[in-house]
Amino acid sequence: MALSVGCTARPGKSRANKTGAWRVFKPVFRHDKCTKCGICSLVCPEGCILEQEDEFMIPDYDYCKGCGLCAAECPAEDIEMTKEEK
Amino acid sequence: MMRFIEGSIAVAEAAALCRPDVVSAYPITPQTHIVEALAEMAANCTLDAEYITVESEFSALSACLGAVAAGSRAYSATTSQGLFLMFEVCFNLAGMRLPMVMTVANRAVSAPISIWNDQQDSISLRDSGWIQFYAEDNQEAADLHYLAYKVAEDHQVLLPAMVCFDGFILTHTYEPVDMPTQEQVDSYLPKFVPHEKLDAQDPISFGMLATPDYYMEFRYANDQAIQRSKEKIREAGKEFLAKFGRDYSAFVEGYRLEDAETVLVALGSLCGTVKEAIDEMRAAGKKVGLLKIRVYRPFPGVEVAAALKGAKRIAVLDKNISLGSKGAVALEVKDALYGSGIPVLDYIVGLGGRDIRKRDIARIVELTEKGEGDLFYGLREGVA
Repeated sequence: MALSVGCTARPGKSRANKTGAWRVFKPVFRHDKCTKCGICSLVCPEGCILEQEDEFMIPDYDYCKGCGLCAAECPAEDIEMTKEEK
Repeated sequence: MMRFIEGSIAVAEAAALCRPDVVSAYPITPQTHIVEALAEMAANCTLDAEYITVESEFSALSACLGAVAAGSRAYSATTSQGLFLMFEVCFNLAGMRLPMVMTVANRAVSAPISIWNDQQDSISLRDSGWIQFYAEDNQEAADLHYLAYKVAEDHQVLLPAMVCFDGFILTHTYEPVDMPTQEQVDSYLPKFVPHEKLDAQDPISFGMLATPDYYMEFRYANDQAIQRSKEKIREAGKEFLAKFGRDYSAFVEGYRLEDAETVLVALGSLCGTVKEAIDEMRAAGKKVGLLKIRVYRPFPGVEVAAALKGAKRIAVLDKNISLGSKGAVALEVKDALYGSGIPVLDYIVGLGGRDIRKRDIARIVELTEKGEGDLFYGLREGVA
């Protein structure tokens, strides 16, 4: 990849920058105790947990940094943080 | 046209002839006359530039950074504590690859407070990514501004440049200076064409985050750019010679180097005194010469080594001290001569405006011949 002179960037760079690569722990959504309350989506600092057609929530792992807020706040304890091997 | 003017006025008029769009500076001794003159020109509409008054040097250089990012040609001038207040912004301009020119009227740094000359201020910015020129006299100081803009704005370079000249010794001294006409400068220095610029219709950000995966590569690119400036300085110097008859295409200048056994190395106005002292020593049969370094960044190591090849011993006169080590110029010269076996001795001189006289130069040559060096020269007895 050629570097931009002066480390410049045009708008939309945060979309192109797949910050999910920073993740150490990965939230795994079990969807067995989930009540579809949507709190995980509301608390996600990345805004990357989206509602699917079946109303279950799924994180976009391209941007999920693995902060664990969703797992900590999930009232049903449906989300498990697992060590990710890369 | 040859005129008898103060160094600061020569530099202010040279800066104006470069047609800056934006001037932002904060007055500080001994730079004050430069920015006073530019403020007056802007107020009298003889300079078509936006003169932005600010509350500090940090803001002055930040205003210039924004101006260059928006596609303007910017100018500033400062010294000593003012330059140190700009420290962070200096690195940002270089990293964002925003070219501009700033004059540094060299002055000692606090503490203790001193308004008098040495070169500690700009030397301390040597790692900032700015190209650094050191002028020996006011003609050179003025001329280097036209050249500095041309080199800095070249798209192969895109870096800021400092033109350093000694506070009071040059800034407040009247000398004959050949000032070119606006048409002559226009024919030498083209309009600034930014590589990228801020534009509300096509937004862009400068100096974004670089993670550990890429930061080193950006620093490498920055170093490559300042290395490339060497070729551009040579080219711009040759073109300057053709247009104005004065030659700045070399990074170093030798004075009576032929058959010289002891060679003094210096930057800036001190070179004038050294040349006089050399003439006297030569008349007395001593084989002494001078190597003047005009471009300190990028450091011309190859050129320095080539010029000093035949010498038996080198005495570097440093108007700065990298506390806990040596003078910054001596370190570079030693590096350039590594493996040559030529001894390089360092003399810290002229700090805080201490006079350096011809007899001091002669005394330093005697010390060098005896192998006594790496010292502060001329300290008061019973105090140090």
